Amino acid sequence: MRRRIRSQHGSRSPGSTKAMVSMRTARLMTAAASAAVLTLGLAACGDGGDGDGGTTGDDMAGGEQVEVFTWWAAGSEKAGLDALVGVFEEQHPDIQFINGAVAGGAGSAAKDLLQSRLQANDPPDTFQAHAGAELQDYIDAAQIEDVSGLYDEFGLTEAFPPDLIDLLTSDGAIYSVPSNIHRANVVWASPSVLEEAGLDPAAEYADLDAWFEALDAVEETGKTPLSIAAPWTQVHMLETVLLAGLGAEGYNGLWDGSTDWEGAEVTAALEDFEKLMGYTNTDRDGLDWPDAIQQVIDGEAGFNVMGDWAEAAFQEAGATSPDDYVYFPVPGTDGTFDFLADSFTLPVGAPDPAGARAWLETVGSADGQVAFNMAKGAIPARTDADTSDFSEYQQTAVESFASDTIVPSLAHGAATPVAMLNTITDATSKFTAGATDLATFQSELAAATM
Amino acid sequence: MSHRLRRYGPPLLLLAPSLILLAVFVFGLLAANFQTSITDNRTAAQATGQQPTTVVWFENYVNLLASDAFQHSLLNLLLFTVVFLVGTMVMGFGWAWLLDRPARGEGVFRSVYLFPMAVSFVASGVVWRWLLNSNQGENASGLNRLFQMIGLDFLQNNWWNNITFGIVAIAIPAIWQLSGYVMALFLAGFRGIPVELREAARMDGATEWKLYRHVLFPQLSPIALSALIIIGHMSLKSFDLIMSISRPANYQTKVPAVDMYLFKSSFDYANAAAVGTILLVIVAVAIVPYLARTRKEDAR
Repeated sequence: MRRRIRSQHGSRSPGSTKAMVSMRTARLMTAAASAAVLTLGLAACGDGGDGDGGTTGDDMAGGEQVEVFTWWAAGSEKAGLDALVGVFEEQHPDIQFINGAVAGGAGSAAKDLLQSRLQANDPPDTFQAHAGAELQDYIDAAQIEDVSGLYDEFGLTEAFPPDLIDLLTSDGAIYSVPSNIHRANVVWASPSVLEEAGLDPAAEYADLDAWFEALDAVEETGKTPLSIAAPWTQVHMLETVLLAGLGAEGYNGLWDGSTDWEGAEVTAALEDFEKLMGYTNTDRDGLDWPDAIQQVIDGEAGFNVMGDWAEAAFQEAGATSPDDYVYFPVPGTDGTFDFLADSFTLPVGAPDPAGARAWLETVGSADGQVAFNMAKGAIPARTDADTSDFSEYQQTAVESFASDTIVPSLAHGAATPVAMLNTITDATSKFTAGATDLATFQSELAAATM
Repeated sequence: MSHRLRRYGPPLLLLAPSLILLAVFVFGLLAANFQTSITDNRTAAQATGQQPTTVVWFENYVNLLASDAFQHSLLNLLLFTVVFLVGTMVMGFGWAWLLDRPARGEGVFRSVYLFPMAVSFVASGVVWRWLLNSNQGENASGLNRLFQMIGLDFLQNNWWNNITFGIVAIAIPAIWQLSGYVMALFLAGFRGIPVELREAARMDGATEWKLYRHVLFPQLSPIALSALIIIGHMSLKSFDLIMSISRPANYQTKVPAVDMYLFKSSFDYANAAAVGTILLVIVAVAIVPYLARTRKEDAR
């Protein structure tokens, strides 16, 4: 196709530069091809080497380098990774850190590449993944190792809250070490918009009904009451509404089958969700979460439901709380901490398992967690970490994390495997785009989670 | 025997590298794809051989074609292709017809019309996502804001966020990008018609319409067919433009290629392969008659 276009064009213009360009292209292509052949050859050799290397826990071969595969390539995430690497180099000066970060698509580009690499038995030494049910696919595919032995070795079992350990455990085994904890059930609001609507910016709302009244007041000013973005942010809000409607126990029951998706309580929660979607901006499906948060920062929207990585966006914009923005748990979910976590794994057949173990040790250590989360804006999974230097929001999150009931996030892979989340996202997009009614939406959700 | 070897040996030897590469990387992989599509390889565990896969024959195809979601994707693809084809053909032919007359600055216009094609779909998609913003009224931006400014408020609409016809809005940037290419094809066609033919027709007293109808159009029909095939198969495989204007999870703009991506990313390799095969069959249905026709013409 492209070649045809070029020749069309070429026949019209003097050909000399074209010919030169195409010669250069040809040379590049040859170089690329030979490079590809070379890598294929190398990969083949690597495979041979790994095959007999074995993947048993006590194999301590290597320890020279560690390739860490993440999607932390920019912004506060990159800063966090750099800080973590700083601690790693202090703790393990003899091991070389190799940055395998892949940028693009909020991690989707990295996940695509990781899928191919694992499929081809060419895993990195350790890779980033959301903790919880999202790991199930890797576990089923026998691509990651049980690291519960390392939990005992590094003393992580006592350092992490018991709720978290329960959520990380699958059939008696733990497959990753969390590096940071985020909270999903947070509302961010613009004080200037709330004041314009005659509301008290410091107010918190006991339940969704009280919040609806505030949203109505903002709607009357002509501003967007509730800003939201693409389908995954809608699923994110859906999970917080389900949590508000069903409570922590009922919400957890959605994922283990003890709560009936077809029940009246779920219907009521979905009605609340429908009502909330009615307050949102119409261009939502074309936006991503920073665009929606930007509307709150710019004073164009009153409220936004987003995880606490939004804190970093406010910081970057130079906003300070409580003058420029306020935050509170999603109404009706106070006392629960809707968690998601990034974590690191030990892949089966990692080229340098000793290096990977050293990395996991740093990730789980108090120093590593403090350095990383200071920069990334999340909070440590350890309850014994020194967080006195953390920001005001982070302090409140640390406090809630220690005292609240911890439940897993749906939109961020803690509650369900990827395939189930995709089906739920499809059903949500269908509903919010207007293709299905509430009853169909509910039965599609029920079918998705069977 | 040796005579035959001398006759067919060298050409076969010269063709062998490309034949082998095609056999492995095109037809071999097509076969592997089809093989995956008739299994129940739908989970990560099966993809890596931790759990067995069994052959379920056409179960995946039947389920896909019976599901509302996939039918919606197919309908979107059909709508997109029809609008994209008609749009580029009409615009491309119109521009070529205008530029065919000796006009001042022809080269400039030709470049101007051809230029959008030089932009990648992903880059133009980002801009068009903003232009096609679905906000109306006070919060409008992009084209909706433009309509307000020139007093055509009634033209405001939610563009690609319409459930049924949203995909048509995404055909607009596609038409914008590829019309210049169709123009270039037609312009080459016009230029390839000898002046004598037109002069002869005029000498015989043909009106302008008759000249086009009976002399020029028949000469252009091979070009039109090539343009149809090229644009048509591009349209059937559209993915990048849709992904960069909308998002894979947005129901309103789903097409089979997007479904394939989503299946693949959730380790459902069997259904991803089945969607791929369905796309291949659709493209083949569009292209094979063309190939058959050119073969017949070559034989003549």
